[in-house]
Amino acid sequence: MTATASPRVAAATARPAPRPPSDRLRAWATRAPLLPALVFMIVVTQLPFVATVVISFFDWNALYPKDRHFTGIDNYRQVLTDPDLRHSVWTTVLLTVTVVLVSLVLGLVVALLLNRKFRGRGVVRTLMIAPFLIVPVAAALLWKHVLYNPEYGLLNGLLHYVGGPQPDWISDNPLLAVEAALVWQWTPFMMLILLAGLQSRDQQQLEAARVDGASDWQIFRYLTLPHLRRYLELGGLLGSIYIVQNFDAVFTITSGGLGTANLPYTVYQSFYQAHENGLASAAGVVVVIGSIIIATFALRVVSSLFREEVSRA
Amino acid sequence: MNTALNVLRRNGLGLVAWLTGIVFFLPIAWMALTSFHSEADAATNPPSFTAGLTLDSYREFFGVGGGASPWPALINSAMASVVSTLFVLLLAFPAAYALSIRRVRKWTDVLFFFLSTKMLPAVAGLLPIYLFAKNAGMLDNIWLLIILYTSMNLPIAVWMMQSFLAEVPVEVIEAARVDGARLPTILARVVAPISLPGVAATALICFIFSWNELLFARVLTGVVAETAPVFLTGFITSQGLFLAKVCAASLVVSLPVLAAGFTAQDKLVQGLSLGAVK
Repeated sequence: MTATASPRVAAATARPAPRPPSDRLRAWATRAPLLPALVFMIVVTQLPFVATVVISFFDWNALYPKDRHFTGIDNYRQVLTDPDLRHSVWTTVLLTVTVVLVSLVLGLVVALLLNRKFRGRGVVRTLMIAPFLIVPVAAALLWKHVLYNPEYGLLNGLLHYVGGPQPDWISDNPLLAVEAALVWQWTPFMMLILLAGLQSRDQQQLEAARVDGASDWQIFRYLTLPHLRRYLELGGLLGSIYIVQNFDAVFTITSGGLGTANLPYTVYQSFYQAHENGLASAAGVVVVIGSIIIATFALRVVSSLFREEVSRA
Repeated sequence: MNTALNVLRRNGLGLVAWLTGIVFFLPIAWMALTSFHSEADAATNPPSFTAGLTLDSYREFFGVGGGASPWPALINSAMASVVSTLFVLLLAFPAAYALSIRRVRKWTDVLFFFLSTKMLPAVAGLLPIYLFAKNAGMLDNIWLLIILYTSMNLPIAVWMMQSFLAEVPVEVIEAARVDGARLPTILARVVAPISLPGVAATALICFIFSWNELLFARVLTGVVAETAPVFLTGFITSQGLFLAKVCAASLVVSLPVLAAGFTAQDKLVQGLSLGAVK
């Protein structure tokens, strides 16, 4: 670090040293502050993943450690053919797509509402953010017991007032019950990203369009929506990355029962309860492959937004 | 009549916004109200909005009348969140410095490497970490969670702090250097005052994510290192009349996150979008 502190002074007083060793030293001095974080990340996040890939090629039940042997792609074959496991792949896709799309649309509507000036805008924004700031397990408990409970839950309580039916929300539509709770938590997230997008619109351009007599709908369709496109993509992709990994809601609301087990829950169950290490790893690798597909697009969107900001600065 | 219609037209959308906000907040308001009801009043249909208020469920949650005390779990959570956040800041600040002020070559590639680790699902590394912890005798040890939470939040912190440090004008740093200031002085006098609010927001967001985490805590801790979310999983199966207690517990555990989130409200977007949106 000290070597980098006064390069100017050194260059002015000392004899110019064009030899590569000092250049190399300086390059390392520049890199040094980065190394602890970089090494830490590689050790803690990349090595376990490599181990998971290796384990995924073994038939390994922790209860019978002596039977451990290499099985090639058998675990993968099982993940992709076993009806239960295949169902959990499908559940993951369905859960992620539904929650992301619904909360994206709701988030857009709320963001448009909040982007206008009205009395108490700050208060409404605070009310809207609150669901995202409830600890996920607590939010899931809230929906499971306090809202959905068929006997004394708030939903049936309110239905009672209007003489409506008294459904058993979780048993009747288990996946929908999980999705609704997640949409409630993730709409504020989408709203925040889209609100940031709305506020970064070019005000002069909007003014010019208005002077030229463009209607609200035309401004939304031809100026706002194209500008928001990348923010919508970003919200969708980040939401997908977080929700593909969701464990808390599934674990709490249905405990993976009634056909709601998604891949993270299945991975958890197959090694924590069934002790099938090889199978769990293969399922884990399948989650990763899915995430990499989403992440490739996500990284592209982030980098285009990022480049725009770097060039603007 | 006409003016009333005009007022409605002008304020109609504001009214819709208010209604939406109230609908989204209603479950939380109901949870708060229920937590102050007696168990008998909490479990009625139709709901009793005007029942008398009591602190009984809070007393019971904190184990006054016997039962498991939540304090060890709350203290574990506080320890895991606060210490991992400190580690994150210690590692992220120098890294962000090397990615914004005195930049390494290919700094954008490094930045994107950090981001890509965040996109790898945590569940994929869970088993090797569990096996490692078991062999190393680190199961049910809060320090294991601290290390994992540090890795979970480091990418977010590097991204956020990189963008805060990049806002420090290079000319000011150069000027200080010409005046003979050394690096520690430059960091303390020039960089810190400009980037401190951003660093604080980063810390709050890392705190929230660590406090919320369930999967690792559930698998890797037991009785000793149990965190608050794991404690809450004890409420998953119904136990007779316990609605008010569930509400009190959920609210107490969420309180630190609500406080941190509202404090860092304007930086929340940046943290959640991993620094992509300001």
